[in-house]
Amino acid sequence: MTETSIPAPRRGVPIWAQIIVWVFLVGLLVIVALGLRRAQQGTVQPGQVIENFTLPLYSGYDLGGKNEIHLEDLRGKVVVLNFWASWCKPCEQEAAEMQQAWTEYEPTGQVVFLGVDYVDTEPEARVYLKKFGITYPNGPDLATHISQYFRIKGVPETYFIDKDGVLKYVQVGPFSSIDQIRAQIDPLLK
Amino acid sequence: MKAIYTTLPRITNYKLPFAFLIALTLALITGPAPAQGPTPTDDEVNRIAKQLYCPVCESTPLDVCPTEACRQWRDLIRTMLTEGKSEAEIKQYFVTQYGVRVLDEPPNRLLTYLVPGAAILLGALLLLRGFQMWMKPSATGTGAVETGHKPSQDPYVARLEEELKKQK
Repeated sequence: MTETSIPAPRRGVPIWAQIIVWVFLVGLLVIVALGLRRAQQGTVQPGQVIENFTLPLYSGYDLGGKNEIHLEDLRGKVVVLNFWASWCKPCEQEAAEMQQAWTEYEPTGQVVFLGVDYVDTEPEARVYLKKFGITYPNGPDLATHISQYFRIKGVPETYFIDKDGVLKYVQVGPFSSIDQIRAQIDPLLK
Repeated sequence: MKAIYTTLPRITNYKLPFAFLIALTLALITGPAPAQGPTPTDDEVNRIAKQLYCPVCESTPLDVCPTEACRQWRDLIRTMLTEGKSEAEIKQYFVTQYGVRVLDEPPNRLLTYLVPGAAILLGALLLLRGFQMWMKPSATGTGAVETGHKPSQDPYVARLEEELKKQK
């Protein structure tokens, strides 16, 4: 038995098949990585320009006679975007303060409050709105497009958007006082 | 009495009042037509609920989800069933309101199952082909790897090799 120097003929998967397999594997890893990255990202961060979205309002609510709100139409105003739900107990803690703040800022014409009802049913939502006497525009987050864009982690969450459409502050969880709300809005009015 | 007979219209066609009486009797028996159907049972509600997932409680079917949000959804299903909505209409309503992710199965089943299925099949074929090529000697080669191995001159070893070949 003697070993020769003749190289062994090539065996195995042809090169084109190897390329396909590697492309599949790399693609799969990229998809998994993107998913993990998104999961760890958290909410939209301050400093980001918020893209336009459309919020249809519940009947009985309007803003300037319109029952559908486009964020881009609100440029030049401070927007306070509040995610809530009728099944959310912490939302009830801040509901009165939010309404009180709206009552204060509405006459200035420089601030708009928007309530985005997250994964809720309309009958219960209406009971909630009536219970707390909420008058600022409110509507459902249809197909959860808005909450997905903001990558909310729960409710309540409130986003303060300045007159240029730039996100300035994110409040995760309920406000404990109206002063907390004022503290975020007033600097944006200067 | 004569005046009464003359003032009241004389009924000569008896079919009309008879039909009226039948209609009145039927109406009294059946009662007013209900605006809504009977209240659906929990099983009827859960039959649809188990096909839905609330985004708040991921990975928990709606029929067994204990949260308040899910309870509201089940109530909504019950209300819609009472209103006479079909299963498809109810599911479509939930998709419109909360997005396609609430469904337990994606709507475009063909694409959803075809693409991964095709990818798995392609991968299996590639593996099979690679395995075959690995096991089978290359066409360009001479068969087994040339190692300079010559048939043994030892009769015992030669017989052993022959037996092994037979077994193959």
